[in-house]
Amino acid sequence: MTRRHLRPTLVCLACIAFGVIAALLTLNLSQFSGGLTEADVFVINQLLLPRIFTAVLAGAALAIAGAVFQSVTRNPLGSPDVLGFTQGAATGALIGITAFGGGVVAVGASAWIGAVGSAVAVYLVARRGGVTGGAKLVLVGIGIATILSGVNEYLITRANIIDAAAASLWITGSLDGSSWSGVVLIGAAVTLLVPLLILCSRPLRVLELGDDLATGLGLRGEKLRLLTLGAAVLLAASAASQTGPVAFVALCAPHLARASTRRTGPNLVPTLLLGAALMLWADYLSQHAIPNRELPVGVVTGVLGGGYLVYLLVHQRKIGSI
Amino acid sequence: MSRLETRNLTLAYDRREVVRELDVEIPDRSFTVIIGANGCGKSTLLRALARVLKPARGTVLLDGKAIGEYPARHVARVIGLLPQSPITPDGITVAELVGRGRFPHQGALRRESAEDRAVVERCLTETALTELKDRPVAELSGGQRQRAWIAMALAQDTELLLLDEPTTYLDLAHQIEVMDLCARLHAMGRTVVAVLHDLNQAARYASHLIALRGGELIAAGAPDRVITAELVERAFGLRARIIEDPETGTPLVIPLPTKVTAK
Repeated sequence: MTRRHLRPTLVCLACIAFGVIAALLTLNLSQFSGGLTEADVFVINQLLLPRIFTAVLAGAALAIAGAVFQSVTRNPLGSPDVLGFTQGAATGALIGITAFGGGVVAVGASAWIGAVGSAVAVYLVARRGGVTGGAKLVLVGIGIATILSGVNEYLITRANIIDAAAASLWITGSLDGSSWSGVVLIGAAVTLLVPLLILCSRPLRVLELGDDLATGLGLRGEKLRLLTLGAAVLLAASAASQTGPVAFVALCAPHLARASTRRTGPNLVPTLLLGAALMLWADYLSQHAIPNRELPVGVVTGVLGGGYLVYLLVHQRKIGSI
Repeated sequence: MSRLETRNLTLAYDRREVVRELDVEIPDRSFTVIIGANGCGKSTLLRALARVLKPARGTVLLDGKAIGEYPARHVARVIGLLPQSPITPDGITVAELVGRGRFPHQGALRRESAEDRAVVERCLTETALTELKDRPVAELSGGQRQRAWIAMALAQDTELLLLDEPTTYLDLAHQIEVMDLCARLHAMGRTVVAVLHDLNQAARYASHLIALRGGELIAAGAPDRVITAELVERAFGLRARIIEDPETGTPLVIPLPTKVTAK
């Protein structure tokens, strides 16, 4: 192994180690000392394991999607929140909760459709004129996000109090409803789409140099953008349909990966592992940070992620890179 | 002989025609400089020569065949392009940037080969950047940064090198540094095509000039034949006297005093 690869490899190993520790803490096997009763087996199989797997897969999916959005938009703030997909997923979920009775499957499916639908809308509007490069996607995304936020507010004001509470919990993001069927859905998306994105990481690095230069280097930029954005949207939508839009994982994980590996470019593998570890820890903290008071995981990722981002901005300002 | 030429080439953005029915040749192993006033279609022509912009009508021919008919990767191994304002990714080092120029020579799965590394080293040497190779590009001076970008285009290892205003935003010393580098690359056997604003630099460094006005060709040939007072007036609407450069013997354009500057 060359020196260049040493640091990223160490970061990956550290992420896996942190992730395993968080998973073991979540399982808390010592509580089952003295043999497993039938009820214990049920808790482990139906509650804890799906929760852990959902955290790992959703964290990984959101993080890698965030890395792709940031790379393709050439914007460090490119994330599902800024590009309108989160709001689209929320619109879908709200419709699922208010119109279809709020069953897990109905909400998941309508959130998925909402996220993908808003992504397609953003892409098609940005595409007018042939290319979607640069700030166009971000600007169109912000516009559509604002419209959808308005729609969401309206839907919440129209809902009854129980639906409104369910909706606001969903919008914060939570792992409470994790199920094996959700794990299968995100797992399928991750298995199919992550290898595809990893194969695209070298072309993505070239596209970051600008469209003209990338074309000169023999890359078909718009095709690559469509392919990678499509894969990232499907990943983010699948994750969000199960957990709600867990704030900031998609935005933060790529920055953390870059800072810790000290490598440029999308850094997809470290980002993915970081996202998974981040989500596991955020979930563990959300259950234990305040005694006897469980928080939705989205609150923790929001507070941690927001804090980290502010630190990053202040720090980078100091060393003059912003 | 010309590997790269245009036939009846018309280029347009949306419906606005920028270049009209242009026939130009890029002589092999020449240092061709494209000159003309702002908005005359110089950069547009360069983008079309590099297959970045599709012709509205007519064709760009590479080795006698329309450039659009080749696979993208094939063209990228013959023609390198350095656009006017490429984007420097956050935190990228000189060596990494130069390495990205190897893209057309790499497969989807293959890692960086020994040949890739050797070419990157050679390009760093040619552009005198070996000592700076681990520095972030953002920290370099303007001239060094432009050399790093040229090194990236060099790493593409192409016979033709297309540079869009490589000296813009540089001070005079750095402009000369970059032009000297281009001249060295030309002397080593590459065909170099550059868009330049400075007529005197064009006259000093180019072996072949292409002058455009309003998207049409008004002159092409060796600098001492092309650069005349009449051409400068036609291309730029500027009255000038042409004298011999006392150092190199190439044409030197002296703008005539205007009402404001006449003593």
